[in-house]
Amino acid sequence: MLLLIPLLPFVGFLLNASFGRRISKAAAGAIACGSMLASFGVSTIAVWRLVGLPPESRALAQTVLRWITSGDFDVSFTLRVDPLSALMILVVTGIGSLIHIYSTAYMHEERDSEYARYFSYLNLFAAFMLVLVLGSNFLVMFVGWEGVGLCSYLLIGFWYQKESAADAGKKAFIVNRIGDFGFILGMLLAFVRFGTLDFQEIARSVAALRPETTFGTLSALTLLLFVGATGKSAQIPLHVWLPDAMEGPTPVSALIHAATMVTAGVYMIGRNAVLFGHAPHTLTIVAIIGTATALMAGTIGLVQNDIKRVLAYSTVSQLGYMFLAMGVGAYTAGIFHLFTHAFFKALLFLGSGAVIHALAGEQDLRRMGGLKRELPITYWTFFTGALAIAGVPLLAGFFSKDEILYRTFAGGHLWLWTVGLLTSLLTATYMFRVVFLAFHGERAGEHPAPSTEHPAPSTQRHLHDAPPAMALALIVLAAGSVLAGYVGVPRAVGGSNRIEQFLAPSFGEVRLKPDATNDARAALLQPGQERQEEAASATEGLERGLMGVSSAIALGGIGIAWFFFLKKKRAADEMAVRFAGVHRVLANKYYVDEMYEAAVVQPIRIASDEGLWNGVDVRVIDGAVNGVGGLVGGSSSALRRIQTGSVRLYAVSVMLGVVVILGYYVWR
Amino acid sequence: MMPTLNDYLVLSAILFAIGTAGVFVRRNLITILLSIEIMLNAVNLTFVAFGRALGAVDGQILVFFVMTVAAAEAAVGLAIVIDLFRHRESLNPDSFASLKW
Amino acid sequence: MPPGISTSDFYYILPELVLTGGALLVLIADVLLPRGSKALAWVTLLAIGATIASLVPFGSTHVEVAHGLLAVDQFALFFKIVFLGAAALTVLMSVRYLEIEGASPGEYYFLILCATLGMMIMAGGIDLLTIFIGLETMAVSFYILAGFIKPNQRSNEAAVKYFLLGAFSLGILLYGMSIMYGLSGTTNLRTMATAFVGQERDPRLVLAVILVVAGLGFKIAAVPFHMWAPDVYEGAPTPVTAFLSVGSKAASFAMLLRIFLEGLPSMSADWRLMFEVLAIVTMTIGNLAALTQTNIKRMLAYSSIAHAGYILIGVVAGTPRGVAAMLIYLLIYAFMQLGAFTIIIIMRRQDVVGDELKDFSGLHIRHPFAAFAMLLFMLSLGGIPPTAGFMGKFWLFGAAIDAGYVRLAVIGVLNSAISLYYYIRLVVFMYLKPQGAGSPVTTSPSLGIALAVAVIGTIFLGVYPRLLFDLAEMSARTLGVAAVTAAIR
Repeated sequence: MLLLIPLLPFVGFLLNASFGRRISKAAAGAIACGSMLASFGVSTIAVWRLVGLPPESRALAQTVLRWITSGDFDVSFTLRVDPLSALMILVVTGIGSLIHIYSTAYMHEERDSEYARYFSYLNLFAAFMLVLVLGSNFLVMFVGWEGVGLCSYLLIGFWYQKESAADAGKKAFIVNRIGDFGFILGMLLAFVRFGTLDFQEIARSVAALRPETTFGTLSALTLLLFVGATGKSAQIPLHVWLPDAMEGPTPVSALIHAATMVTAGVYMIGRNAVLFGHAPHTLTIVAIIGTATALMAGTIGLVQNDIKRVLAYSTVSQLGYMFLAMGVGAYTAGIFHLFTHAFFKALLFLGSGAVIHALAGEQDLRRMGGLKRELPITYWTFFTGALAIAGVPLLAGFFSKDEILYRTFAGGHLWLWTVGLLTSLLTATYMFRVVFLAFHGERAGEHPAPSTEHPAPSTQRHLHDAPPAMALALIVLAAGSVLAGYVGVPRAVGGSNRIEQFLAPSFGEVRLKPDATNDARAALLQPGQERQEEAASATEGLERGLMGVSSAIALGGIGIAWFFFLKKKRAADEMAVRFAGVHRVLANKYYVDEMYEAAVVQPIRIASDEGLWNGVDVRVIDGAVNGVGGLVGGSSSALRRIQTGSVRLYAVSVMLGVVVILGYYVWR
Repeated sequence: MMPTLNDYLVLSAILFAIGTAGVFVRRNLITILLSIEIMLNAVNLTFVAFGRALGAVDGQILVFFVMTVAAAEAAVGLAIVIDLFRHRESLNPDSFASLKW
Repeated sequence: MPPGISTSDFYYILPELVLTGGALLVLIADVLLPRGSKALAWVTLLAIGATIASLVPFGSTHVEVAHGLLAVDQFALFFKIVFLGAAALTVLMSVRYLEIEGASPGEYYFLILCATLGMMIMAGGIDLLTIFIGLETMAVSFYILAGFIKPNQRSNEAAVKYFLLGAFSLGILLYGMSIMYGLSGTTNLRTMATAFVGQERDPRLVLAVILVVAGLGFKIAAVPFHMWAPDVYEGAPTPVTAFLSVGSKAASFAMLLRIFLEGLPSMSADWRLMFEVLAIVTMTIGNLAALTQTNIKRMLAYSSIAHAGYILIGVVAGTPRGVAAMLIYLLIYAFMQLGAFTIIIIMRRQDVVGDELKDFSGLHIRHPFAAFAMLLFMLSLGGIPPTAGFMGKFWLFGAAIDAGYVRLAVIGVLNSAISLYYYIRLVVFMYLKPQGAGSPVTTSPSLGIALAVAVIGTIFLGVYPRLLFDLAEMSARTLGVAAVTAAIR
């Protein structure tokens, strides 16, 4: 049955890819949405059965086939649902279905064949993502890992006529290759170290070890895997691809670059919680990188003018939160935030899509304004999403973000907590900056710029609110953004934190007894455990206090946004002028792209002959991270030049090989 | 004084080197072909010399095969070169390099 | 050594005899059949089919034939199946190509079969003499095939280059072999191995090893002996390129394994080191050079060079597992490489040469299945799961780690990461670019069969590789690698 979950979208992909050109849009959309909804249905049934099991043995597995068997080595294509993957498949299929439905309206202006192509990619992506989360070992996960990368590449570059879209696709691809390289090496190292690739078996053998105090194999292994995670989940320094990925259609941004694929890195760490838990050095790095990313992306988000880019940086920032949670060992909190974030970020992206759709492709915040009246549904849902992400009490983001901050504080990471809190303030501010600039006030320019996203802007027309399919998705997601947090209401405020109990077996399957080690840090790394014991009123008081602080921060952030971007709009500009230096740094995203350019691309370009750079694709190597491509491409061009076509030279090369080897023997 | 095995080997090494150098420096396809033949003859000499020193016939047998195959190869090679000459009116190996990079 | 060849020897070389008969039949049929008849291709396929059928009785045979000239064992059998399969696919993809190019099919098919015969002898040869004969049978056939499209200057140039450098490298290889013979006093590889055991290390033998490595390095297109490959691959007729890059490479690897693992295990420290360096240089340079190619045949040539580097990892490992990994990879490689070339041939139309990157623009609209198949082959060549190519790489790198060569595995992984860039670039052209010019892309029945076989093989071996793994491990064990490994350690 588990096989059906990824298989259904895959069948949808096959149908749309083979017959897409010959069927109507309605049929293509129905196939895609139908297969996703069916997959959601199957997932629900699977999760239902999972919940029916006693908590300790909550896992369903299906071995599709024995994949590689040879002597001591055995890898099978096994899908496994445990509480963690259960949550993930619900998110992927549930939110995925909504985005599919939304897309039927959003992409309606595409030609029939393009429409079917879009949905076939989308379905294929969903299938791979489900393989990724359901895989019971690294190899199966890697199938999904590579697959989603490929689909993301195809979807970012979906509007291939746009050069920026094609370049963004390539950038994403190259950056992800760097990450994947780390992932594969980590995987091979894990195989060498443990002789297996199965998550459960690795966890079991790791649990028998003591946590590494020095930087050893486990640290190296986990660090390599984390490199893979930074690539997929857009963390420093591999975050540069995600904002550019906004060149893809907006629903794609919502699905891939907010709700599902980018969370793969977080999921992977959660999946290997025990392994990472035994490598405290790596965890420290994870926490620091996560926090730094959260802060940096938050500050950049503050000054971006493209609505989707703000959301993109916001995603990077929120992913940073999740890594912070992972790094301090609060796996549940991280996954909880992943879960709630999927709702409100999908909502925000789809909401921004509705705005862009209504404005015929306008993405610049400065040319928006006053949309509240014309797009009421979009406004109210977007507003809900913004409240949720800002961490306003009683909405989803509040509970999950607060959980992370509380755990960070309780773990004694005062600095990380402070930065996290600051980021929380930034989050509220930049989100409400978008809300106020787009929906309140007056529209600055009545004439929208030439469309970039929708190629058919029919002059001036009356703004229309989201069509039914889009509205449905928005409303459901808005409801989710309000309610999703209630699965994890902390005990401090009278909840029972169900999600923590639910997920605990996935992370703490092999737990050390709390008294087995005096190491406070090790105890912290065992989540969902110490809670019962130390549920003393003192900590509850602390947690309530912290909640109060972060609520105040969230409201304060909204207040700042209100002051600068609605009440006294000039103040914002004045600030920008007064702190022109800071503003410029932020607006240029800390010059990270330029740094890559200066450190990697330029030296190569100067070193190599300009005349070589005229191949079909060499222009690509302009991009920032494409610097790695530049290094490689430069040597490639040099190698081509050796191949002169002269047969005598080729003979010399053969003999040269002989002489060099001979020389080695003579001179060694 | 009878030449020893080593003398034959040195001679064949010299022949081989001459053949190799011929391939590198000559600018006529036919001469290059001949140079390759010289290399093969160096091989033949080695086989025969070793066979003689070992008192076995394997070496000589191999030489017959090498000679036969070399002849077949030369026939095919000349045919290809003639075809090339029809196209380019030149036997200079540097005059054809349209396949490169 | 008793003189004469017994009748039982003829029984054991039955497949070779059948294939020779088939080749002659093709020549006769060419005269008898009306010109331009497609039946010739079917006669050729029949000959190949009959040869495959005649392999059946030797499923578990393990004998030496004709006083140690040829070995009939599962190792040879595995390779013979690869060669015959590749030959059959090559014939299938040649039918329409020959028609478009206006070349006479009679000699063409005859030469394909001759080359296959040479490969079969190479795989079975355990004597310098047979190996040499097999090699030349194959090589001379390929010299002619490379220049088969006579009006085409590029084809001709490819033939000249291939011939000159091939003959040159043959000289080097034979010179090495002659020294090997002189120092061991025998031409039989297995006797040679025992003769060298316990001998003091002779510097002349090191020279012989270097020369043989160079000669074989040329055949498998390992850097720096590779420079002929891109030019010849680009210029030769596409089906010939396909067969050359799969059959000739596999046969040369079979020969390489025979010579080094069966004949020179005592020198393993030396040749392992050489092959390790060659493997690293070959895959790195192959991949780097492929990056900026715009001609697909040339790109695949460099990619094929890189793949030779990956496969060499198995030689370096030298364990039964390493050899098994090589066999696995060579078979998988045959499917994906032949599949990719089939697509290039499909792209060849009356008005379009179809081997430039831009010719593939928007292929997914013109011919969705061809685009999908090419996507599959590219992913497989790049080593993305769940395609067969991933399994092959996984197994090779696994064998390297198993044998203690972690660095080779790391470099291999890094290289596959680089290689993906140019494989995916083609995918981008097919899926993310507007349609190219030219007449519609169509397949013929024979091309369709070839493509279907390649697609099914690439998917099936990626999803269910167990049968192949078992088969390859069984075959690898018959090479006597186990004894070699024992000798090495």
